[in-house]
Amino acid sequence: MNLLNISSPHATRPGNTGTVMLTVLAALIPGIAVLSYFFGPGHLIQICLASATALLCEAAILYVRKKPILFYLTDYSALLTAVLLAISLPPYAPYWVTIVATLFAIIIAKHLYGGLGQNPFNPAMIGFALVLVSFPVEMTTSWSAPSALLNSSISIQDALRYIFLSRETIDAITMATPLDLYKHQVEIATATEIYQDPIFHGPNSDASIALGWQWVNFAFLLGGAFLLWKKIFTWHVPVSLLISLSLLSLFIGWDSDSYVPLSLHLFAGATMLGAFFIATDPVTASTTPLGKLIYGAGIGILIYVIRTWGAYPDAVAFAVLLMNFCAPLIDQYSQPRTYGHKKAVRGLAKKD
Amino acid sequence: MSTPTASTKSLATISKDGLWDNNPALVQLLGLCPLLAVTGTVVNALGLAMATAIVLIGSNMAVSLVRNFVPDAVRLPAFVMIIASYVTCTELLMQAYTYELYTVLGIFIPLIVTNCVILGRAEAFAAKNPLIPSMIDGLMMSMGFAVVLVLLGALREVIGQGTLFSNMELLFGEQALSWKIEVIKDYPNFLFAILPPGAFVGLGLLVALKNAIDNGLKARKDGQTTAPTAGSKRVRVTGKIS
Repeated sequence: MNLLNISSPHATRPGNTGTVMLTVLAALIPGIAVLSYFFGPGHLIQICLASATALLCEAAILYVRKKPILFYLTDYSALLTAVLLAISLPPYAPYWVTIVATLFAIIIAKHLYGGLGQNPFNPAMIGFALVLVSFPVEMTTSWSAPSALLNSSISIQDALRYIFLSRETIDAITMATPLDLYKHQVEIATATEIYQDPIFHGPNSDASIALGWQWVNFAFLLGGAFLLWKKIFTWHVPVSLLISLSLLSLFIGWDSDSYVPLSLHLFAGATMLGAFFIATDPVTASTTPLGKLIYGAGIGILIYVIRTWGAYPDAVAFAVLLMNFCAPLIDQYSQPRTYGHKKAVRGLAKKD
Repeated sequence: MSTPTASTKSLATISKDGLWDNNPALVQLLGLCPLLAVTGTVVNALGLAMATAIVLIGSNMAVSLVRNFVPDAVRLPAFVMIIASYVTCTELLMQAYTYELYTVLGIFIPLIVTNCVILGRAEAFAAKNPLIPSMIDGLMMSMGFAVVLVLLGALREVIGQGTLFSNMELLFGEQALSWKIEVIKDYPNFLFAILPPGAFVGLGLLVALKNAIDNGLKARKDGQTTAPTAGSKRVRVTGKIS
């Protein structure tokens, strides 16, 4: 939340909000493609469903708020929120989970706070956290196994049936995520025993970290690098996030017989998606360079803490939301020195 | 406080204050702890609303009766003792007649002592007004509180469990077993609405609705009274402007 005005000089660049959002959407394409390759068409259906819901609901809210509808729809922010949300959700979650999450994200988390630019919390993550807390069963049992481990890959008809109609036979295609599996197995087994599970190395030992998930994370990393190159965001948040998560994992969780190892932390969950696409949201993140470093490090620490000692297998949503709370305060205390001042003015103004 | 003045408000104004203009839950935002914690279902909300009403009406009357005999310096301890004795009575009554509901509401019954609505009304109204207005104030305030509690309870029960008036037998006995309405069949529980965060969002929406209605009424009233002024609209901007 941008409570403070940044001091000059202001960097400008051509283009508008719509171009930025479209660039981010384009950077998501490799990740989505890899997700669909490894986990079937579930994510694509969820993206269509969430996007349709988000656009309709955004248009309705804009109409109620008497704002120009087409102008705000073509900044594509609602579309980006919907796509990020749909990628975060389990691919075969029932349709009403996606719709509820999207409606809550757009109506409550975005428009009730005043619309784009005014929301203190990342709307996509609010929607995700809402359904994660509300529908624990649907949210934990809808992750599909990588296609390589299934007898036959999931067809579009099957995917549509699982999402919209019957969930009776869904057990045949679902499986715990690698992070979830490791976290629960590590209490009773050693690392070597856990790694026997085909979810980590695939049927022919063709994966080195976690089947499917490693390539998904590399694809999101690639998309993130593209956005860095296009200067959509600066390096501070993702780098400090990844470094703090890695350092904690190296110092506390060095023993892979009792903790989830670093490779899984970085490449088996939503880490790369979170670091490059969710934590860098320009509205809800910290805005000063030092502030971005603190903000990113905070998310990394919280991800590690919640994943290791919390009840949920993954933690990106909660970590990002908790640091969204802190962003205005961090901004207040991390202002850079402005031209003409000897020292940076930070915190509350002194009484003279 | 030192010079208790008789109320100049009419009973109608007092009633309107309690029910709408100065509603304890929607405007004063007092007593939020029980409001948010136990409004998961209609029956819980109704039970707590009734208990609060007994305490509020009783304590308002008692405080009003003793208002001229209590020295200013010790008025708060005196009021709290009055309130606490009413709460104890209510708690014992609930244990005797609606024991299951009492166990459901748990700690929130004794916690009525700390409900700001009750001490607030004792201090702000009953300590300055005679018996009858104080009683009406207590009644109307608790009615206003009860309406919001039950509304929020109904909202959260429908969204959270897809039912309405479930478990009403806890309060009304055997004949209430058939009151349960299943609004939506095979509804997957929406935990967010049942948990306290749902109460925060729900209360926020109710407050917003109340303000929207008020604004609508005000706009309509303004529209009626301010007729377009005829004649010159020139405004003097130079010279001596009084």
